[in-house]
Amino acid sequence: MAGELTRMSAAGLAAAMAAGEVSALEVTDAHLARIGEVDDAVHAFLHVAADGARQAARAVDERRAAGEVLGPLAGVPLALKDVFTTTDMPTTCGSAILNGWRPPYDATVTRRLRQTGVVILGKTNMDEFAMGSSTENSAFGPSHNPWDLSRVPGGSSGGSAAAVAGFEAPLGIGTDTGGSIRQPAAVCGVVGVKPTYGGPSRYGVVAFASSLDTPGPLARTVLDAALLHETMAGHDPCDSTSVNAPVPPVVAAARQADVSGLTIGVVPELGGEGYQPGVLARFGEAVDLLESLGAKVVEVSCPHFSYALPAYYLIAPSECSSNLARFDAMRYGLRVGDDGTRSADEVMSLTRAQGFGAEVKRRIMLGTYALSSGYYDAYYGKAQQVRTLIIRDFQAAFEQVDVLVSPSTPTTAFPLGERVDDPLAMYVADLCTIPSDLAGNAALSVPCGLAAEDGLPVGLQIMAPVLADDRLYRVGAAVEAALDSRRGHPLLDEANGLT
Amino acid sequence: MPIARDDVAHLARLSRMDLAEAELDHLAAQLDVIISAVARVQEVAVEGVPPTSHAVPLVNVFRDDVEWPCLSAEEALDQAPAVEQQRFRVPRILAED
Repeated sequence: MAGELTRMSAAGLAAAMAAGEVSALEVTDAHLARIGEVDDAVHAFLHVAADGARQAARAVDERRAAGEVLGPLAGVPLALKDVFTTTDMPTTCGSAILNGWRPPYDATVTRRLRQTGVVILGKTNMDEFAMGSSTENSAFGPSHNPWDLSRVPGGSSGGSAAAVAGFEAPLGIGTDTGGSIRQPAAVCGVVGVKPTYGGPSRYGVVAFASSLDTPGPLARTVLDAALLHETMAGHDPCDSTSVNAPVPPVVAAARQADVSGLTIGVVPELGGEGYQPGVLARFGEAVDLLESLGAKVVEVSCPHFSYALPAYYLIAPSECSSNLARFDAMRYGLRVGDDGTRSADEVMSLTRAQGFGAEVKRRIMLGTYALSSGYYDAYYGKAQQVRTLIIRDFQAAFEQVDVLVSPSTPTTAFPLGERVDDPLAMYVADLCTIPSDLAGNAALSVPCGLAAEDGLPVGLQIMAPVLADDRLYRVGAAVEAALDSRRGHPLLDEANGLT
Repeated sequence: MPIARDDVAHLARLSRMDLAEAELDHLAAQLDVIISAVARVQEVAVEGVPPTSHAVPLVNVFRDDVEWPCLSAEEALDQAPAVEQQRFRVPRILAED
């Protein structure tokens, strides 16, 4: 039974618990056992909160026994990216500068999970401060892709994606700043969603690039992602950038799973040269599939998308250099060299040099450069103008089509170590995902098969207008249902990196 | 325009990071490559295009002015690297002379 429980969807587990077939404690114990079996190899988790999880599960069982009506995900276990503050667990952001830090407050997302009875199994590995596409920038060692342990799980939310793909948790939460949910979801063969910016609250999410950071769900099915999306999103007065509007009807859309009557745009700028042939082949088939399911498919050019990557690597580092100034060794976190002779300035400089990893240093310095007088207009200012043009490209496209599609990533999961000291090669992993972060619109990655040349998962990216997140789920669920039915089983059943 | 090693040392000082010589050399080469790549934004015709600092524009966001429990001194100081007399103890901030 324990093995079966870890293969079930969140919706399936919730139904079984509601029907009294299994307790929340049994579900949690099954997942803790799975983590015990495989996480030495996967290293999805930085911290497993076994006692806290079992306590939360018991509380759900007691509330259910008392006749309380519980939320749709009550008792379902979840893997939380280590960038969300948690009062009962460390929050490190994958950084030595926050090693062992215990935040004094819960993130809004954390609080909502607790209130709705979602069981937090622990905190997952990530690229330091969410900067990276492989988890190799974690100060605590990389995570491994459950499809092939010698490959990266993507990043920065690679730990959450690997936990979901490795059946260590049915649900995961990540954050997406340049693709950090969709890219790991794609290369791990799971579903990942970047909601509209401001949908889920950023309160208690340690900031990387505040105008881009967006929390979102990871799951093995589109419906599960929708259930988590509805649970975690919603207006929050503690986040002044939180959108004060109803959460789009994502669960209903996932259940609708029908594309008839929709017009779908293929973006020619996201494809072609530099893309892996197996990725392009699966993407082409997915487009044909959408057409066969009743969608009208057209090509829509977004000419400025070609400049999204350079614009992003000016805007995000600029915001990062400002946000990470808070790690000053004074009120919390690491302090190095405070021997009574050194000044605050010297202690700060020693601490930051020792506490930050190579990629964080690169980005802080790049941002400092882009914002410095004399270069501001030529770099940061220009990037902000390009950002406007990318938003206009989306607006023009969405006048013609309901959603846009592209591959989620240019390649499948790459080998660990291959790109870690080649920043530009690493940055290209987010080529397809960055435009939606710059524009703030919603986007989803859903598995669309395996690349012929390496047998690794390929993601189909679906992009929808701001606050039309429901369209992602409608289209994503239709693709998922058609592919699962054609294949006869879910794609993840073919993952054999773990025994 | 290539970025010189001295520029990188200056950026490190501005960023309050006391980097070793070898690290500066390594970073200088990488930053040069990255900056050349991102400089592509300068190819785009942006005459008259307003800059976007925030994709979903919101202005003057207020919340209700309600009382709200705040951290106790003990909670606020709990994770401090050094504490003295119920305050954050920091290294000296002024020169000694």
